[in-house]
Amino acid sequence: MVVWTDFERTTIRDIFSKIDYAVVGQAAFSRCLIVYPWTQRYFGGFGNLYNAAAITSNPKVASHGKVIMEALEKAVKDMDNIKATYAELSALHSEKLQVDPDNFMLLGDCLTIVVASQLGKAFTAEVHAAFQKFLAVVVSSLRKQYY
Amino acid sequence: MSLSAKDKETVKAFWAKVSGRAGDIGSDAVARMLTVYPQTKTYFSHWKDLSPGSAPVRKHGGIVVASITDAVNKIDDLAGSLLTLSELHAFTLRVDPANFKILAQNILVVLATMFPVDFTPEVHMALDKFLAALARALSEKYR
Repeated sequence: MVVWTDFERTTIRDIFSKIDYAVVGQAAFSRCLIVYPWTQRYFGGFGNLYNAAAITSNPKVASHGKVIMEALEKAVKDMDNIKATYAELSALHSEKLQVDPDNFMLLGDCLTIVVASQLGKAFTAEVHAAFQKFLAVVVSSLRKQYY
Repeated sequence: MSLSAKDKETVKAFWAKVSGRAGDIGSDAVARMLTVYPQTKTYFSHWKDLSPGSAPVRKHGGIVVASITDAVNKIDDLAGSLLTLSELHAFTLRVDPANFKILAQNILVVLATMFPVDFTPEVHMALDKFLAALARALSEKYR
């Protein structure tokens, strides 16, 4: 059972209320595909991912980035039940999509970098720690249905 | 995942841009590492104060970032130039090498907060590769 401090709850809600899901989603997901190119293996149907410019301007990448952020919002809306919230998504990633779960934190790290660049100084060590904890819980929940 | 000529160029160019704030970068990265990944505090139990902005954190940040700057200048021979530091980390400090990755991620986050426009995905990748190569060189003497 994850225990969230008031500071952590407020911080996570605050971050997600400040960011534009389309912008941050596209930036984080495209960054992941560029910085960790082996993650492209799961997106064969996305068209041109040949180089950074192609990835950055790819409309499927942009729309999938937004999908990811909207899925993360579900966890923000119910922080005490993240494991239950992601049970189906976990099974999907494991059984249908067959994504190596080590990739989840790669995307998490890129999202952290994008949020950090948006918030600048406001992304203090304490805020960063709360965000990292949130991502760790999300990733752990997404790993739950892997056998 | 060795550094291509383009990677080295990218790292050198970016580092030249940011080295004016080297002290802040190092200090913030170490502070963040201790706060966000508290298990790393176990290596600094001899410090009086592990809080962000404290004297030991700032001093250590300065040392770390100075070594990185040195490594950027000797980017063509990381293993050679980091030999002594590797021995220090291997035999005296005995830092688990998994922590190098943690500090690297925190350095990248700090760069993103301070240089959001310049820290493009291409720069991010080159720096990530460079810090990984640095970590490898630092782990050389471990076993």
